[in-house]
Amino acid sequence: MTDTLKPDLAETGAVEETEPPRPHAEPQGSATFRVWRGDRSGGRFVDYRTAVSPGMVVLDAVHQIQAEQANDLAVRWNCKAGKCGSCSAEVNGQPKLMCMTRLSELPLDQPVTVEPMRSFPPIKDLVTDVSWNFRVKTRIAPFTPRPPDAPDGTWRIAQSDVDRVQEFRKCIECFLCQDVCHVLRDHHLHEEFIGPRFLVYVAALEMHPLDTGDRVEALRRAHGIGYCNITKCCTKVCPEHITITDNAIIPLKERVVDQFFDPLGKLLKVFSRREQP
Amino acid sequence: MPDYQTFDHDVLVIGAGGAGLRAAVAASAAGVKVGLVCKSLLGKAHTVMAEGGIAASLANVDSRDNWQVHFADTMRGGQYINNWRMAELHAKEAPERVRELEAWGALFDRTPDGRILQRNFGGHKYPRLAHVGDRTGLEMIRTLQDHSIHQSIDVHMECTVLRLFTDGGRIAGALGYDRERGRFRLYRSRAVILATGGVGRAYAITSNSWEYTGDGHALAYHAGAALQDMEFVQFHPTGMIWPPSVRGILVTEGVRGEGGVLLNNQGRRFMFDDIPENYRAQTADSEDEGWRYTQGDKNARRPPELLTRDHVARCIRREVAEGRGSPHGGVFLDISWIRQRLPNAREHIIRKLPSMYHQFKQLADIDITTTPMEVGPTTHYIMGGIRVDGDSQMSTVPGLFAAGECAAGLHGANRLGGNSLSDLLVFGKRAGEYAARFPRESGAASIDPAQVEDAVRQALAPFERTGNGGGPYQVQHDLQQTMQELVGIVRTAGEMERALDRLAQLKERAVGVGVPGNREYNPGWHTALDLGNLLTVSEAITRAALERRESRGGHFREDCPEKDPAGARFNIVVRKGADGRMQLTREPIAEMPAELRQVIEEQK
Repeated sequence: MTDTLKPDLAETGAVEETEPPRPHAEPQGSATFRVWRGDRSGGRFVDYRTAVSPGMVVLDAVHQIQAEQANDLAVRWNCKAGKCGSCSAEVNGQPKLMCMTRLSELPLDQPVTVEPMRSFPPIKDLVTDVSWNFRVKTRIAPFTPRPPDAPDGTWRIAQSDVDRVQEFRKCIECFLCQDVCHVLRDHHLHEEFIGPRFLVYVAALEMHPLDTGDRVEALRRAHGIGYCNITKCCTKVCPEHITITDNAIIPLKERVVDQFFDPLGKLLKVFSRREQP
Repeated sequence: MPDYQTFDHDVLVIGAGGAGLRAAVAASAAGVKVGLVCKSLLGKAHTVMAEGGIAASLANVDSRDNWQVHFADTMRGGQYINNWRMAELHAKEAPERVRELEAWGALFDRTPDGRILQRNFGGHKYPRLAHVGDRTGLEMIRTLQDHSIHQSIDVHMECTVLRLFTDGGRIAGALGYDRERGRFRLYRSRAVILATGGVGRAYAITSNSWEYTGDGHALAYHAGAALQDMEFVQFHPTGMIWPPSVRGILVTEGVRGEGGVLLNNQGRRFMFDDIPENYRAQTADSEDEGWRYTQGDKNARRPPELLTRDHVARCIRREVAEGRGSPHGGVFLDISWIRQRLPNAREHIIRKLPSMYHQFKQLADIDITTTPMEVGPTTHYIMGGIRVDGDSQMSTVPGLFAAGECAAGLHGANRLGGNSLSDLLVFGKRAGEYAARFPRESGAASIDPAQVEDAVRQALAPFERTGNGGGPYQVQHDLQQTMQELVGIVRTAGEMERALDRLAQLKERAVGVGVPGNREYNPGWHTALDLGNLLTVSEAITRAALERRESRGGHFREDCPEKDPAGARFNIVVRKGADGRMQLTREPIAEMPAELRQVIEEQK
């Protein structure tokens, strides 16, 4: 149980929303957006002044600038409802989905900076090369179900077992967690470490009620779980409010420890746990 | 000689939503070399937005359900102009396709005895939709995506196809460009599957993303394939309407399935005031009965909020037009009222509709557990599309297949909620299998280099122009306004004639559109290239809607408000004539076999 889940909701897998920060009035008039324009070879911020109105999100402003002032401004987007995870960017330095970032969350008396995710190579403007993520996923052992439970080839699964992994399966692959993870962002250990998104993915597979695969050895070696030192930066930026560190990464780390390190210490731990009041 | 890379595949799938992914998996399983091209990144296609569920008569919740009931529901919803063979195959095969997803890792909500749970949805007689809260589409696309990456499928992400090539009338390949660098790619393939989705971007208010510009429809049309039922566009009754920036974003029908009610500004449940005759016997006659239905009472009939989408959308439009709308021009959708019926209503709503809760809280500052939502119709889906053979999904062009939203037939004049996800699975698989067989059964095809050069030249033309007709975004905006105002939920001949005039002017402006910048990830250029497809499908929609002089399903003519029994006997088919102009014909619907007719009679 974590402090972000209310007890009554934790059981259902549903997450109680914290009130979004809205320190500012609904926008009116116009505002300046300081948008990074550039490509692989470099770039700079360009200021655009555009009209703003109540309810607007950052992506609306970017689209407006694109339609009216900079037709070739590159940006990814699809659903515009926080469900596809395409429009990830850094807004005033914070990793955000542009479609879910209301202007009323931001101080509009100063320019709003909009720049691409900095952990990935730039392609153009707000678009980055996230192809590494797609390659990483193929390295993770796929779902392998146990034989069906019923003669008709179907399984029987308790809702509580479904709920346990639903939190991980909500992931929209926006890669904001990968963007802020210092192992990737600062240390560039892309070859050794799969990053929070794919640790969540492994957790979803490992805790899937039907899966029989074993990814613990790979977690330790190929997936580099040891690099994560649980600073929880990923959890803080997840737009789906997945408690990445506590619910996915730490349990996986425990599995690795249980399987590979110090069986005697493990035994002692069991006893000491019993002795605690 | 233009510069392009060449790729060889046995089967080329264009589009990586549910249908495209399922088709690619099926073709790959048949042992052929498969290429999958998609406009966005993998896993971002519109399938991800589907909320309600997958319709399949698993009969886990109500044992009375079976393929016959699902078939009859689909035909009734489609007002009997469906391709009955597709409706039959869909109803029969959907359960197996859902179970297959589970075997690939999808996790659906469960019944108390651990089987796949099913929920109620508009037009479905029994609880039929396998679902995961209100994010079923994400579960489905992620499952297919994660399964497909371990099959040997060559994925070309962020590539857009510009033209299909034929050789002696049969398909030979396609030309596209990659967004990243703007380089051209020639795909040589003896079978091509179109799975490009819909046309929602032809309208100003839509739940669709930038991708849905009718690419597959237009590509097929220009390659000589027939389109049908283009007059049937589905306006989903419940889109968000406030604040303006979220206008059109979908509010799942699942809200009504869980007991949500529609109210006008007088607090009246207006859906009780207008229940169509062919649904009267299946519809609750009291609010209490409707509530009991949503809570699983098998003896209760469904509330009128769960009538078909076309009807609900028109009722909402009527309330607004007659001055009974909400402050921002919609009506109220209230799920919070269930507090009166359930002790733990708040938790129940958040659990059943988590992404709706999140969406309203974040984007509209509304807590749906305490406050009614404001909703109005939004362009959601096109029933019409590429005319295909019901079994194989092959179009009228040999080697060219279509599946999912860009194909026509299954849904007739109106699609039932939940029948789209099952459509993608059933016919994606079929298209993949038949397409995999096609190259083996047909000889080599070649692509005329002159045609490739021509396509490349045309694609690069916007960079050469000054753009006196305005930029691509202005033309797209004016096109969307035209279709929204003149070929929307309620249509008249006069307005549609005006739409055709405006479309002709827009066509002239579109070929004069200029774009700044270079070929690297340039959305202005991409928008300019999409315009041609949007104009083609808009013209097809308008002409077909003019030709159908009756009201049926998603097509409502204020000047011909009645259903004409003769209208149930034909589909309107659109083809490109030898002179390059759009030609319309009325194609009679093949007679339904006696056993299917009997199924429909029994389910009446």
